Amino acid sequence: MLQFYLNDQLIRTDQPAGSTLLDFVRYHQHLKGTKIGCREGDCGACTVLVGELPAAGDAVVQYQSMTSCLTPLGNAHGKHVVTVEGINAARGTLTPVQQAIVQENGSQCGFCTVGFVMSLTGHALSARPSTPDSVRASIDGNICRCTGYKSLERAAAHLHGQLSARPATEAVRWLADQQFVPAYFAAMPARLQALRDAAAAAATGGSEAPTPPAMPALNPLDAPAAARARILGGGTDLLVQQPERVRATPVELVFDQTHLRGIRREGDVIRLGAATTAQQLLESDVMLAVLPALPRFLKLVSSTPIRQMGTVAGNFINASPIGDLTILFLALGAEIELADAAGQRRTLPLADLYLGYKQLAKTADEQVTEIRFPAPAADSDYFNFEKVSKRTHLDIASVNTAAWLRLEDGVVQAARLSAGGVGPVPMLLPKAAAALVGQPLTQQTLRRAQEAAQQEISPISDVRGTAQYKRLLLRQLLEAHLLELRLLTD
Amino acid sequence: MNHLDPIRHVRGESQYLDDVPEQHGTLYAAVVESPLAHGRLLAVDASAALALPGVVRIILAADIPGTNQIGGIVPDEPLLAEGHVHFRGQPVALVLAESEHAAHAALAHVRVEVEPLPVITDPRVAAAQGELLVPPRTFRIGDSEAAWAGCAHVFEGVAESGGQEHLYIETQGAYAFPTEMGGVRIVSSTQGPTAVQRHTAHVLGLGMHQVEVDVTRLGGGFGGKEDQATPWGALAALGAFLTRRPVKLVLDRMADMRMTGKRHPYSSDFKIGLDADLKIVAYEATFYQNGGAAADLSPAVLERTLFHCTNTYFIPNVTATAYSCRTNLPPNTAFRGFGGPQGMFVIESALACAAERLGVPTTDIQRRNLLREGDLFPYRQPAELCHAGQAWDTAAQRFDLPARRRAVDEFNRTHTRHKQGLAVMPICFGISFTKTAMNQARALVHIYTDGSVGVSTGAVEMGQGVNTKIAQVAARTLGIGLHRIKVESTNTTRVANTSPSAASATADLNGKATELACRALRERILRLASTELSLDYEGMHIENEQVLAAGKPADSTWEKLVSAAYWQRVSLSESAHYATPDLHFDATTNQGYPFAYHVYGTALTTVTVDCLRGTYTVDAVQIAHDFGQSLNPQVDLGQIEGGAVQGIGWMTLEELVYNDEGRLLSNSLNAYKIPDLYSVPPVLDVHFLDTPGHPRAVLRSKAVGEPPLMYGIGAYFALRDAVRAFNPNSTIAFSAPMTPEKVLVNLYPEFVGTGEGAVVARCGLL
Repeated sequence: MLQFYLNDQLIRTDQPAGSTLLDFVRYHQHLKGTKIGCREGDCGACTVLVGELPAAGDAVVQYQSMTSCLTPLGNAHGKHVVTVEGINAARGTLTPVQQAIVQENGSQCGFCTVGFVMSLTGHALSARPSTPDSVRASIDGNICRCTGYKSLERAAAHLHGQLSARPATEAVRWLADQQFVPAYFAAMPARLQALRDAAAAAATGGSEAPTPPAMPALNPLDAPAAARARILGGGTDLLVQQPERVRATPVELVFDQTHLRGIRREGDVIRLGAATTAQQLLESDVMLAVLPALPRFLKLVSSTPIRQMGTVAGNFINASPIGDLTILFLALGAEIELADAAGQRRTLPLADLYLGYKQLAKTADEQVTEIRFPAPAADSDYFNFEKVSKRTHLDIASVNTAAWLRLEDGVVQAARLSAGGVGPVPMLLPKAAAALVGQPLTQQTLRRAQEAAQQEISPISDVRGTAQYKRLLLRQLLEAHLLELRLLTD
Repeated sequence: MNHLDPIRHVRGESQYLDDVPEQHGTLYAAVVESPLAHGRLLAVDASAALALPGVVRIILAADIPGTNQIGGIVPDEPLLAEGHVHFRGQPVALVLAESEHAAHAALAHVRVEVEPLPVITDPRVAAAQGELLVPPRTFRIGDSEAAWAGCAHVFEGVAESGGQEHLYIETQGAYAFPTEMGGVRIVSSTQGPTAVQRHTAHVLGLGMHQVEVDVTRLGGGFGGKEDQATPWGALAALGAFLTRRPVKLVLDRMADMRMTGKRHPYSSDFKIGLDADLKIVAYEATFYQNGGAAADLSPAVLERTLFHCTNTYFIPNVTATAYSCRTNLPPNTAFRGFGGPQGMFVIESALACAAERLGVPTTDIQRRNLLREGDLFPYRQPAELCHAGQAWDTAAQRFDLPARRRAVDEFNRTHTRHKQGLAVMPICFGISFTKTAMNQARALVHIYTDGSVGVSTGAVEMGQGVNTKIAQVAARTLGIGLHRIKVESTNTTRVANTSPSAASATADLNGKATELACRALRERILRLASTELSLDYEGMHIENEQVLAAGKPADSTWEKLVSAAYWQRVSLSESAHYATPDLHFDATTNQGYPFAYHVYGTALTTVTVDCLRGTYTVDAVQIAHDFGQSLNPQVDLGQIEGGAVQGIGWMTLEELVYNDEGRLLSNSLNAYKIPDLYSVPPVLDVHFLDTPGHPRAVLRSKAVGEPPLMYGIGAYFALRDAVRAFNPNSTIAFSAPMTPEKVLVNLYPEFVGTGEGAVVARCGLL
């Protein structure tokens, strides 16, 4: 049985863990403020907040905006889910977020509005201080077709001003005083802790406190033959592609598995738990130390709520030829650890995972447990990521590419180039990389690498662009790597 | 003052179709679609689907009790396919089940057997084969044929603009209930309740009085729910009628995108002649409209293309011909601008073509050809209260056009990898339904005995703020506070025979009707007051709920007056009818006076292109717009900002892609991109021109829904300007949208050569 708080109310439900939070909220709980726009995480009309009590540390619930259409209900287990009904003040009063939107005329047809309200409320609850950029970023996953963005920007700016007074500690109390959220929010840490304690007590023979509470056991009779249950991470791909199947079959949830989380550096190797989200990459000091430009790269990758949901391993296993994180980690020289149901482990270079379009070099019961890559060296290594899509943000690439270069005295010692959208799999460009090695980065070297790349790619024409465009684009983006890194000499 | 609805919107309390509490016993519907774009429908086998748990009934064309026909202008569109299928996604059958999941699960088990026939997706191919939805139309003034000889310069070319998905965030849907009289009541997400009512009655074989349609509000329409909400309303009603149970039908996003029509793509030929002073002497255009598989609103959209084919320019000799071409795509339909933007894109392309060939700034040609008072449009209506020059000059001065041009040139001189571009887009848009008869509306106003007021009209609230404006008109006319006014849902039993909420005219038509009804009520109760208080009726007013006589407070207030009227048995209800005066148009000569008035404005657009990647930003859009005496500047500002950005989307990111088999490739939000927060120009200035408004506009506040969309056209030409700054020899096709792909390919045309994606220059000196 799944247990979580929905607004001010404790929920216990037997609904399938792979069904969507959106359907539960709208059709089982009849909370109709959360709207359905696309069911693929691309419009934000169904945005809710999901609050989680950290495993350790201060008793502050960390809230993140998520698109409930792609949130597996099971990922709500042990958490605090907040819909607009859970923040509404008494009739006749509006929260400061709502007030700002009304005042600035940031709502026209109104269908997307609640999504904006929730995203901005999530921003108000965020542990990080508000900045003009971060308040805008909080609504970068929300689409308004009446295109009232200018008024929404004005509302967001207004709100940013108000949030400058938010104290660093006891923020929730301040937010409740200011009526951003109702008073019951102050009680949520204790409620979630009680939920966790109860689950721990119920768990048999567990001396360690499991966090979050143990997932309900799967019924083995329901399990598909010869395979473990379908592994589900953040839901951002599987619930787009096959929601009915995911709902109807047992799932093994990995999103909240503590041992699959965390980013750490051991010597010259960086190790990520497979359930690490894109947002966690962004917030990781370990990652930022070796890839200072990561925020610029990841701003091109999906949207704030999706980054808070989608996992790195999920991006790899989805095997999209244009998976942004896959392209990034390919050039970083990542390898993955796979474990099967019996606990057998093996390590595979990420590049070797891809056999053909959506074909993986892994068995059905193998699961990614860890991702490792050699830490780029600060003095000699250079890294860049490029992506071009029709819309700059929250879009799928026409072509994406990453470059890792090791230089000594202006001469390339080693290089890895990756590219997506130019073949059936996310791929390395070994010939293009080889054309760089041993050379100074001149126009001539670049041209050779560009020409080599053209020989090893095989793009097709599709809705993301014609094959010729993708060829041209890759040529341009290879140059962009060197220009961004200020490495190109004439 | 603010839009009234958002107070509910922000709390999630506004009720949209899918939020209507569900009645016990409701069946859920899902639509079986044609798997092919064209073919003979040989068989539909539902037996396997019927055997599934929860499936209650599967309805086919043969089950329709009335007439299987929903074509609005031309009766060429069956509700459910019969004999042939004409586009992928055409409704073939309706599954009814006990749950939404069961209904959707059954779809794959209905076998639809189709013998394929050739598929046409290109309007020019359709025209060549004589596949026209309606006969072609030609608008003519002067004699263009004779005028070419006198032109100093003549250019011709081809211009193409793509379709546009409405992408209202609330998808199409309807919820139908059987009524005790054997009819149906439909809650519909429609801009045209009467269209849903009329066609449903026809399909069910009932009188219109047996079909009630109710609309609370839409989560976006943009034209997509003007005619194309009808099939879903009629299908839900058909299900309810046949099963005597409530039936709910809500399309999921991808079904909505597959099955519904969009803004019409156009491919057009133009020829333009100028004299030595760059005055336009003659213009010819031939428009090939991609109408899709049925007429829908295409003939009317086509007509508006012709009405706006000269945009805001005076041209003495014009011949414009338009073909509405039948293709095997979903029937294309209304979308904000309704064919006008497509026509304007072509004349702007012709001007850019001429300017580029002559080596003069396009603005030189644009400015000196702007309409002046009394100039005739090709349809012979004169430009009256014309603000074309004022709009241009105010924009140019206020936003310093010469300085912007210099700044862009300076930027381009000092930057190699980035280039900027600038374009000016003046607009002129005619307000009224071009089908004169549709310019009528009614309002039903009740004053309750406590002084509160309910207003019903034919207007549908879809975010444009029409209910707020109607409430303002009622409050202002009655002299009472806005809090007393409630604008009711749009319901066919309260206000009958309505025109759809469209053509930017909703507030004008329904607002004027509301004003008439409120004036009649005011007169009636003030006459009572003059009798009771022995005051002279002349000079009596109600202001701030106080009765005034000759400017002085009389011994009565709104509440007292209303109460007195009731006890004196004076009617507190009024229904008023408004028909826009003076309109006429002869569709055989294509001449007349079709528009109540025109709206003018001018936008400056600046863009920056990343010439390494082909990506770009729209940096600034600065607009001087003719609102008249705006009734609600906040609501109107939202319309301008939103319309302009939607137009930018059409011209830049929004690329509708079908393959040769008529399958939609841009079939979801991940493949069809609309503007997001970051694609909106950082600078979006809107200046309210000082214009008097027009007496035919409600309280002189001009219509504002559609005109701003066309400011977005400036983004295409600004991008073109920037690409030419990088590559002055570039011969860019006049082809919108200007996607990053088109930009990059035009920056480096040598890479692509003559292969796929090649750039074909189609603008030449004749």
